[in-house]
Amino acid sequence: MWEYTDKVKDHFMNPRNAGLIENADGIGEVGSLACGDALKLTFKTDENEKIIDAKFQTFGCASAIASSSALTEIIKGLTINEAAKITNDDIAQYLGELPKEKMHCSVMGRDALEKAIAYYRGVPYQKAEGEIVCECFGVTDLEIKRAITENSLTSVEDVTDFVKAGGGCGKCIEKIQNIIDVTQGKERPEKKKPVLMTNIQKIRLIEEILDQEIKPVLKKDGGNIELIDLDGDVIYVKLRGACANCKTSQVTIKNFIENKIQELVSPELIVKEAKSETTHIC
Amino acid sequence: MKQPIYVDNNATTKVDDKVLAEMLPYFSDYYGNPSSMHSFGGKIGYKIAEAREKIAALINASPKEILFTSCGTESDNTAIKAVLRSRSGKRHIITTRVEHPAIKNLCEELSGRGHRVTYVPVDSKGILDLDYLYDHITDDTAIVSVMWANNETGVIFPVEEIAGKLSERGITFHTDAVQAAGKIPIDVQKNQVDMLSMSGHKIHAPKGIGALYIKKGTRFSPFLIGGHQENGRRGGTENVGAIIGLGKACELAMEHLEDEAKKVGHLRDILETELLKAIPSSIINGNRENRLPTTTNISFKFVEGEAILLMLNEHGICASSGSACTTGSLEPSHVLRAMGVPYTAAHGSIRFSLSKYNTEEEIRYIIKKLPPIIERLRELSPFWQEQQMPT
Repeated sequence: MWEYTDKVKDHFMNPRNAGLIENADGIGEVGSLACGDALKLTFKTDENEKIIDAKFQTFGCASAIASSSALTEIIKGLTINEAAKITNDDIAQYLGELPKEKMHCSVMGRDALEKAIAYYRGVPYQKAEGEIVCECFGVTDLEIKRAITENSLTSVEDVTDFVKAGGGCGKCIEKIQNIIDVTQGKERPEKKKPVLMTNIQKIRLIEEILDQEIKPVLKKDGGNIELIDLDGDVIYVKLRGACANCKTSQVTIKNFIENKIQELVSPELIVKEAKSETTHIC
Repeated sequence: MKQPIYVDNNATTKVDDKVLAEMLPYFSDYYGNPSSMHSFGGKIGYKIAEAREKIAALINASPKEILFTSCGTESDNTAIKAVLRSRSGKRHIITTRVEHPAIKNLCEELSGRGHRVTYVPVDSKGILDLDYLYDHITDDTAIVSVMWANNETGVIFPVEEIAGKLSERGITFHTDAVQAAGKIPIDVQKNQVDMLSMSGHKIHAPKGIGALYIKKGTRFSPFLIGGHQENGRRGGTENVGAIIGLGKACELAMEHLEDEAKKVGHLRDILETELLKAIPSSIINGNRENRLPTTTNISFKFVEGEAILLMLNEHGICASSGSACTTGSLEPSHVLRAMGVPYTAAHGSIRFSLSKYNTEEEIRYIIKKLPPIIERLRELSPFWQEQQMPT
């Protein structure tokens, strides 16, 4: 069961400003039935661009309803310019705290507000265009970048909690990791040209790549990797922890590791998973 | 604390007072180890044998065919892995798209280790595509595992028919009967099921005890390696108290199976009929004709399950949901998705699973409390309004 603060529970059980404003000055709709949550925000302003009333309609879980309710309370009384500065963190703070896995509810609130303000200003809503990274939830690279910068996210799991990306089939996890790396301005080791190396040199270099590039990524999902052997151009590795039981380990992780090693060590190297310790008992 | 109205019995059940009473002395007074040479421990072996007989009787097996495990999940793992090990050449597994995670995640893990897994689809009522199953059998097929009854919808699968077909072809058949055993009649003498998983805490025994039926003559190798317990088929000191509890629970289940099925089924029918009547845009998920008498899975369109559960919780009503938010993932129940339940309905699905302890008064209370909850959440939902607008 989720641990909600009393304030979340209160705004869920007794939502403020539920409903729809007729002839609203600002309208913002985000989410869908398929995604599991959706929010329609409407507000009315006075002649000084002050939001005098705000209402919401939400389909979603308790924290989605509470976040929407909080959003309307926050923006009432603000001018449009002040409201435009509201972040998803403001919504989460207002509620005390949201479970980490539910942060995307606050992001949904912020998105609806932005859309409603764009509607008010008569400018087309600039949904961060960019390229779709997560196909399951239709999240673009720009949206992911924004979530990373605004909330100082450091892992793929964080990104999933905030914008859902990576929470479906998991195909985009590597791409999300790349965006995190780039956004954080992580220095990447220069590409190493294939040069003649002794086996020892190769092993050292591979271990270095594993330590710097591969392990940090796997560790975020509770996994790890160990170099078992190098036989000619074949690198034998063993996946540990969560990775060892991950159904996608065979494909995703292998490709990820192989690409990295080919890029940074030598293009003819291939990665194989070392045979697991024998479990045969009869 | 006021007792909750507990309609989440497919998750777990209350330990029957008679079961508890039977168990308690084996924690306090008779705490010996059945493997010991002294009679203080040794005589406990007789109690275990007695429990084994009662469990065997519930499914009309021979006591020798019953293996104690720690839970349903262990029974499932033991069965599948034993078959794969003892038929080491064969690497193909057939199962369904709607299995419990104990089988589903195990098969996914095995498919990453060089096994091939075929997932048999179901139709919109949750009924298994038997032709698909039979068509996908190959010479490489080591095991077929089909649950007896689905934990989310209660839909019962024709495992006896499948077992018969497979036995003609010499393929081992396992069934996860965790939700079925003790609730509907099972007679392994009348069918060709090779292995069958059971769990204690679904039938008013404590958590931490399960059983696996292994038909005499089935090739087997142990999952837990250790001492000689269970005839060398599972190492580890017996969970004596829980085994005795499971024995008693099986005895009680057998004794009252028909009466309870009738009584609980009647309450379930009242619950679902009245809820469907009172709440528009609500649908039953799963084949109504052939279901466990204890279970109903209802979707309330345009609202989200977690929100419903938390509001029910405020009234002391305990149920569960297949919505994404409650599963901890972002995707709704794999069972409902396999059935093609639209997203509009899958996110708003609630499972009520009853037991012998539920009363008509409790059911009437749920029937009174739930409609206003759905109405309230629908008023909040933008989709409900759109739905109501004339097109």
